[in-house]
This record gives sequence, C-alpha cells and structure tokens, in this order.
Amino acid sequence: MRESGAGTLDTHEHHAERGFWRTYVFSTDHKMIGKQYLSLGLFWAVVGGLLAHVMRWQLAWPDTAVPGWGEVGPETYNVLVTMHGTIMVFFVAMPILLGAFGNFLIPLMIGARDMAFPRLNMLSVWVFALASLVLLVSFFVPGGAASAGWTGYPPLSAKVEYTGVNWGLNLWILAHALEFAAFLMGGVNYLTTAIALRVPGMTFFRLPLVIWQQLTATTLFLLSVGPLIAGAVMLLLDRIIGTHFYAAEGGGDPLLWQHLFWFFGHPEVYVILLPAVGLVLDVLPVFARKPIFGYRWIIYSTIAAGGLSFIVWAHHMFVSGMDPRLAMPFSITTILISVPFAYIMFAMIATLYKGSIRFDTPMLWALGFIAMFIVGGLTGIFNGSAPADIYISDTYFVVAHFHYTLFSSVVFGGFAGFYFWFPKMFGRLLSEPLGKIHFWLTLVFFNVTFFPLHNIGLAGMMRRIANPLEYEYLVPHQWINVVATVGAILLLASQIPFVVNVVWSLLAGKTAPKNPWEANTLEWTAPSPPPPLNWGATLPVVYRGAYEYSLPDMAEDWLPQDRALAARSR
Amino acid sequence: MLNWMRWLPENVSTYGGEIDAVIALIYYVTLAWFFLTLGVFGFFLIRYRRRDGRRATYVAGERLREAAWILVPVAVVLVLDFWIDLRGGPVWAKVKTTMPPTELTIQVTAKQFNWEILYPGPDGKFGTEDDRQFDNELHVPVGKPVRLVLKSKDVIHSLFSPNLRFKQDIVPGRAIPAWFEATKPGKYELPCAELCGFGHSGMKAWLYVHSPEEYQKWVNEQWASS
Repeated sequence: MRESGAGTLDTHEHHAERGFWRTYVFSTDHKMIGKQYLSLGLFWAVVGGLLAHVMRWQLAWPDTAVPGWGEVGPETYNVLVTMHGTIMVFFVAMPILLGAFGNFLIPLMIGARDMAFPRLNMLSVWVFALASLVLLVSFFVPGGAASAGWTGYPPLSAKVEYTGVNWGLNLWILAHALEFAAFLMGGVNYLTTAIALRVPGMTFFRLPLVIWQQLTATTLFLLSVGPLIAGAVMLLLDRIIGTHFYAAEGGGDPLLWQHLFWFFGHPEVYVILLPAVGLVLDVLPVFARKPIFGYRWIIYSTIAAGGLSFIVWAHHMFVSGMDPRLAMPFSITTILISVPFAYIMFAMIATLYKGSIRFDTPMLWALGFIAMFIVGGLTGIFNGSAPADIYISDTYFVVAHFHYTLFSSVVFGGFAGFYFWFPKMFGRLLSEPLGKIHFWLTLVFFNVTFFPLHNIGLAGMMRRIANPLEYEYLVPHQWINVVATVGAILLLASQIPFVVNVVWSLLAGKTAPKNPWEANTLEWTAPSPPPPLNWGATLPVVYRGAYEYSLPDMAEDWLPQDRALAARSR
Repeated sequence: MLNWMRWLPENVSTYGGEIDAVIALIYYVTLAWFFLTLGVFGFFLIRYRRRDGRRATYVAGERLREAAWILVPVAVVLVLDFWIDLRGGPVWAKVKTTMPPTELTIQVTAKQFNWEILYPGPDGKFGTEDDRQFDNELHVPVGKPVRLVLKSKDVIHSLFSPNLRFKQDIVPGRAIPAWFEATKPGKYELPCAELCGFGHSGMKAWLYVHSPEEYQKWVNEQWASS
C-alpha cells in the first residue's frame, strides 16, 4: 500500500510494522491518539452519567437508599453535583469533541500525514490520562472529592473548614491544570497543523467547516485559559499557604475568581459547542446532497460568535454582587450573540431546502441536534436578560437550558460525528436499524428528562439542593422530579443499542468501503481505516471546496475535493 | 407543560409584575420562534425527503440574494433582541440600581447555614442597645419599601424569595444594599440559592409580611422592654 522510501515521507520516522505498545499505547499516530481521547472520554461519560443518576434518584426520592450506592447525605450530594459538572465539561465534552474528532479529522481532512508535532500530540493525550488519574484518585483521598460546585467559587473552595474537603479539592485543581496543559499542547498542534500542513489546493476557504470550528474553538481556548490558570494558582495558594487572594478579611475579593472563571468559562462553552456545530455542518450537506448554505457567512458568524464570547462573561454574575450598572451592557452583548448563532442555525435549515434528504443514522443525530439546540438557544435569552435572570438564575431553568445546549452538543452532535466517521475510524459499518433505535429512544427520553426541568425551575427550584422536599413551595411540584428521574433512567437504558451496535460491528460488522456515504472531503479518499501516514506515496490534491453536491450538468450528485476535471462543461 | 407563565409562583412584590412581564415577553417571542423555525425545519424534512428521480438543487447560498433569505430573519432576531433589552433595562434599573426612600432598614447576615436578621430598633440605628436579632425570621409590613443590607460571615450565599422575585448573592467583605416592597400579607420561604456547603439544602428563613396593624403589634411586642 505504501511505497517505501517515498521522498515525502522521510520527515517522519516510521516503520512498516510497529509493536503493540507503539501502535496502541505510545502511539504518535493522530488517529490512534484520537481514539485514545475517545476511549478516555467515553470512560468518563460512564462515570459522570452514573453520578448524575445517583443525584436524580436523591432528588426524586430524597433520603432513600440508591440501588447499588446507598443513602446519599448532603456532603456526598455536593460531591456528586461538583464532580458531575467537572467530568462532563472537562473530561467528556472536551476529549470527545475536541480531542477525539480534532485529532482524527484535522490531518485527514486537510491532507496531512499526521499532526505537525506528533510527539507533542502523544504527550498531550498522556498528560490528559494523568489528569484523569488525578481526578479519579481525588474520590478516594480522606475527606472525599471536591464539593464546592464545578465553578468552585471561593471562599467555599478556598478554605478547608467550609467544606471539610482538603486534598480532594487540591487534586481537583491539579487535575484541571493537567487537563489544560493537555489541551494547550493539542491546541498548538491543531493550529500549526491546519496552517502549515494543508495539501496543495486546500486553501482556507476550501477547508471543511468542522475544521474551521475546531480551529475557532482551539483559538478561544488558547486565548481564554490563561486568566483561569492564574486564578487557579491563586486559589491553590489560598488553600495551601493561606494567602488572601479571595479572602475578604485579608483584603482579597471573592468576586475576582468569578470574573476569571467566567472570562474563561463562557468561551469554554463555545469550545464545546463549536466542534459539535462543525460535526453537524459537515454531516448535513452529505445527507441533503446539497452545498452547505452560505459557507463563508458561516465562517464569519463563527468568528463573530467567538469574538463576542469574550465580552459576555458577566452574564453569569448578574446577581453576584458586582456593580449592578454592569448588568445591562453585558445583557446586550449576551443577547447579541444570538445573531451569529441564529445565522448558523438558519443556514443549517436552509441547507435542507430543495435537498434530497437521506435519513441515515448520522443525519438523524444531526437533525436532532438542530431541533434540541434551538430549544437551548431560545431559553438562553431568558438567562441573558438581566431582569429575567434575577428570578431565573441559580434555578433549574438554567440547568435545563445548559443541558439543552451542552447535552445536545456532546450527545446529538457527538453521535452525528461518531456514526458518520465510525466506518473511517474502525473500518467497519454500524447497523443502521440499531443506530436508529438508539437515536429515537435517546431523543424521547432526553426530552422527558430535561424538558420538565424548565417548569420546575420556573416554579423556583434552586440548583444544587439535595432535598427539594425541605421547601414547602416545592412539595406540590415533586412529581416533576420523579418524571425527570424516570426519564434519566430510561435515557441511560437507551444507550444499550449503541453499546450492542459498536461491539457487534467491531467483532462482526461488514467491512467499510472507502467512501460509504458518497462524501466529498479528503478523509474519504484514504482507506478505511487509514494506515499510518494516511495515504500511499502520493497525497491527494485539492481542486475545490468541500460541499460540491448536486452540481448541475453532472451525472453524479457529488464531486470529491480531489477529483480533477479535465474540462468543465459549463 | 408549554404554558410556562403559569408555573411562576404568586407574585407579591411591587416590581415582581414587571420582572414577570419581561419573562412573558421573552417567552412569547421565543415560543413564536420555536414554532416558526421547527415548523419550517419539519416542512423541509418532509417536502425534500429523498425520492426517486428527483435531484437536489445546487444552491450555495453565497450570493447576497440567496443569503438574504436568512439575513432577513437574522435582522428580525436583532430587532427582537433590542426590544427585549429595551424593555428589560428600566426594570433592572428599578430593582437593582435605584433605592426608594425607606423608613425601615434591616441587616441580613448569612452564615453557614442560617440567616441572622438584625433590626435597628426604634432609634433606627444599628450598633445601639435596642438592636434585636432574629434567626431565620424576617418580619416586614405590607405596602412599605424595605431596605436590606446583606452581609456574609463566611462564604457566598444568595437570598432568594421566589414570591418577591428577589434574588441577591451575598459576598463576604461587602455590604450589599437591596430593597423590596411586599404587596400581600402572608408567610413565604426565603431559601439560600448559592451552594454554600453541606447545609446548603434546607438553609432558609421565613418572610412574614404583616398588615400595618399586625406589624405594629409585632414591633410593640419585640421592643416592649425598651
């Protein structure tokens, strides 16, 4: 398959046969690193999901024994709240949407043989594995794991006596630091690779949108994480050597942390959202058999949204005690961000117009993302309006909102990408019927779980309370907590067809052809799965953009990026 | 399930109705967009499903005339955004950045996991002999603006009254002013809305809104000795 001694290859050290360790563990191959990120992300998804189910049980039937866990006290409940959020954002969403898809797709879609810095890439995933280990260990140290919320607001997080958690919270900070280091290394790699290693003909405006979204997300992460790292160092110093960065009695200010955290935290939301949007944007044209609607406008909208995300952070702090005159400016910038995202969502819908829509499993997930994200986007306007937020902040309405945005990104966006690229990643086809059952069950029970949370939030139920029955005004609404919990249990059960499908496919699935979906982008010109260095001796050459579907005057309804046309009859 | 405005608890403050009106405006605007976008979305999915013998039409959406199909709705979104901001601005200003003249100031100090409610007493001054502290009980007269000064002894708490549409985080090291005016006598819950430790769940006070006569009676009882 690969010609030995080809001149283009000798910048990378490579051997035809690599041992087990070099292939599966200490691999510098971007595809294996992507799969390693995927595996770690899926492992944490199981952990984070189980924590959520323990929480939901406690909320529906407070102070009864959770099957397989026992009774949940208030201390444990705070640990569950904290670790569920931390795990889902930093150890599931980022490794899967950025780590796995970014690593797998960027070189393959731009025509590179690997990342620009393959060893740095390996270091990235290993530092992330170390971060995972540290986070896992933090559950088992005396005092238990962190319990100050995933946002870790000081002074609660800054002094041991306020929570009783000592090393659990220190390790929580350390795990974050390692995780950030991992994604900084990954981010440097993503940007360098996409800028320097594009194949001839692959101009920036011919890049698939998922690459644009990955690059924008990476840039947001690189630009926003610095202040949080500074903040985290100060938090650690407050905890360990008793400085007063966040302690009012020593001249510090607890709100400083919130500014630093959310200056990072809001861009971080888009670090997760944009790659998911990118996955959906790349799935849609393939199954609508049409170009994406307004390619360049989508890129501009993405960059605009990314830019705006740096000046909206204080919408998390409307009632925090900051100067209330700041609220309306931040409210305006926040609601303005609906403009670029409205553009992107409308463009997704317009892509369907006059299409020839194939409802294969990846497309169902992409369409599910659109429908669910519209709900999450619209409810964001409630939170973004400062006066409405006086009532809504810190209630379950916020919880419902961000699960409609983040859950739809990670699960609907993530599965759209997973079902779409699975044949390329593993060289096998998945079962379509099982994939469709998985989609419909997930869609139904996602809504049963999370939609009612809007209602109980409007009724005034606060986030992070362990027992709603302690409040008289919430007692009549308790049935909603029961519905949401039953929905969550069924949502978990809905993942069984997925597990069966993947295991069955890997063991006995049909071998995938090179290009099972008749898609245009470069990764489909490589074998499934691609060998190390992705292509044989010659790399593909790019002649056009990524979405040339159903061109007039052509028999086929697709035109791959690398196909040279001798003479265009146009 | 979809009629969200019905889920708000009864409003008993002078400004609560205005906050509810902003929520209602956003609710109806977003509900209309929800049905409109998902309606178009669903229509396209059915109308343009794959059928034999029909090809997709090549529309890149790059030219301004095509892009206008969605730039116009985006412009509508922008106008609605500004409408929501314009309606919201004065409400926010009234609740959070202005303070009506009041006769009654009460200091609320939060600590893990109780509310200490301090009244200045008949002399109207804090730090004097006739101050009285009540744990987890806030008594106010109906129809009078009440000024609160919010303090914390340890971590961040948040004083929340669902019925008053009142919420304000309390930050250690600061004395944060706030106000409300209740419109209906009754007994209402005042939970803490910010995670503050293992006792966060269940940390709450009771708000007693009295008629003017009853409030005077309560004051007379509490300060009978002084």
